[in-house]
Amino acid sequence: MKLIFEKSIKGRVGYSLPADRIEEIRVEDCIPPYARGRKKDLIEASEVDVVRHFTQLSKFNYGIEDGLYPLGSCTMKYNPKVNEHLAGLGNFANAHPFAPADTVQGCLKLMHDLSVLLCRITGMDAYTLAPAAGAHGELAGILIIRKYFEDRGEQRSKMLVPDSAHGTNPASSAMAGFKVVELKSNKSGTVDIGELERLMDEDTAGMMLTNPNTVGLFDGRIDEIAKIVHGKGGLLYYDGANLNATLGILRPGDTGFDIVHLNLHKTFATPHGGGGPGAGPVGVKKFLSPYLPSPVVVFNGENYRLRDPGEKSIGMMRAFWSNFSVLIKAYAWILSLGGKGLREVSEASVINANYVLVKLKDYYRPSYDRFCAHECVLTGRDYKKLGVKTMDIAKRLMDYGYYPPTIYFPHFKPYAEETMMVEPCESEGKEVLDDFIAVMIKISEEARSNPELLRDAPHRTRIRRTDDVLAIRRPILHYDDELRLKDELNYRPEDINF
Amino acid sequence: MNPEDLLFTKDHEWIESGKSPARIGISDYAQKELTDIVYVELPEPGTEVEKGASLVTLESVKATSDVYAPAPGKITAVNSDLEDNPQKINESPYGEGWLVELEISDSAPLDELMDYAAYEKYLKEEEV
Repeated sequence: MKLIFEKSIKGRVGYSLPADRIEEIRVEDCIPPYARGRKKDLIEASEVDVVRHFTQLSKFNYGIEDGLYPLGSCTMKYNPKVNEHLAGLGNFANAHPFAPADTVQGCLKLMHDLSVLLCRITGMDAYTLAPAAGAHGELAGILIIRKYFEDRGEQRSKMLVPDSAHGTNPASSAMAGFKVVELKSNKSGTVDIGELERLMDEDTAGMMLTNPNTVGLFDGRIDEIAKIVHGKGGLLYYDGANLNATLGILRPGDTGFDIVHLNLHKTFATPHGGGGPGAGPVGVKKFLSPYLPSPVVVFNGENYRLRDPGEKSIGMMRAFWSNFSVLIKAYAWILSLGGKGLREVSEASVINANYVLVKLKDYYRPSYDRFCAHECVLTGRDYKKLGVKTMDIAKRLMDYGYYPPTIYFPHFKPYAEETMMVEPCESEGKEVLDDFIAVMIKISEEARSNPELLRDAPHRTRIRRTDDVLAIRRPILHYDDELRLKDELNYRPEDINF
Repeated sequence: MNPEDLLFTKDHEWIESGKSPARIGISDYAQKELTDIVYVELPEPGTEVEKGASLVTLESVKATSDVYAPAPGKITAVNSDLEDNPQKINESPYGEGWLVELEISDSAPLDELMDYAAYEKYLKEEEV
């Protein structure tokens, strides 16, 4: 397929404006001086050219609306369309962030009430809705921890992060100025209590924990963990990335966590992936509420207004109302399900993941021989001696019309193990999972009878196996790069058989 | 370098035996497992490291892996050639693909390491 640049035809226009009413100006005059002299060949195409180009591209895509998207650790669930409709309502979509508070009472009420609901769901006392994504929420949370200790006149330089944590945890701690100390997991894949006792000291500000963790295992010793961290005066941070496993079942605030961040664009009805927009609200226990970032919505019994949180606040994390449309969808989703419905979301997620685990464990030996939470970790290690890698199994899945699970993650030992992480989410029915399981079993048979078939997979997709190494070593990020590399790499887009 | 002259860790690092400063790298098994290495993050020469500290980060298409210090000491040199040619680790893990040179401050931890024969045996057990 040609790129849109290659479809450009000199002089073709999509729109023309009435010449008698609009004065013509030169494009060059609209470009600020610092940007002039750089590439400025804009594409010349008609509306239908552009629509057809992008419609064709969209047909090459695979999303949750095509079928199962079992990408472990990502919670790629189906989100009801009604929430999109509500977020698009004019009074929400067209509200201006500078509008006087008395003209946007509905929007402010929504933010206020969403905070109250999130407090009830997670067992916290106050929320900020400002952070725009999970990692942004983590940074806000860790800055709150830093400010808290500064305020108490305590010097603490370290943050404990288990090896099973999301990769963003150590990054957020480092960005907030802490030295990251890695906490190794024990043999059953959870926090090593002895190691924690050894490492937790009075120079450690706290610990970041995902529960269930990145291996999809719930850490039942959370009470002991909280006691050890609090015993040395530290704070316990909850990464809500895996909240899909515990909604309505367990509240982080009740198990000793002081700070929580949620991924509304993952758990709460906004599609995940595709670069946003997201929302990563941060909830805290009462003693930390003065440190929340601005703005905070308050209600005086009659009306709602935005208030600056005061001098202890960590400051502003994001302008205006953050990604407001994501907040609307979360609010609508929570109210439409109610408390019982939220619990059923997590029950279905956990049952679905365990169903896949139990049905496939004799074919793809799991990393841990125990029940999982909302996602399971299988491995392709028994096929390695046949010359079949987990990558080959994943590629073969594409031939059967499935998006592959997350592979080579998580890995604890240096040098990736042959892991496959499957997270079906709550939205899949038994018949979908049964078909996926049947395909996975068929692939395991193919691996034994015809390993070559897997090594060359995928066979039925538009593009066969891609050259990942070349793509990383010589990335084509810009049309100019492509032109430059065409000769060098002997690469012609027309040879790619779309 | 001849792998017979090296000591190996369970995490698949090697270190030159009986020398200081000693070169450190990853084993042939490790480079195969990682697949084509596309990025290497090397430490600053002069850095003091404890045993078990992350020395180098290696990135392949498949995964990102840390290389840990088998003993405490000071980094005296790094193989900066790898920044532009990370594939040398794949091509020659025991030769041009060496990572750093460590001046060992306490060689006691090296007593726990395996020689090449023991490492080969260990790999066979790991494969199960």
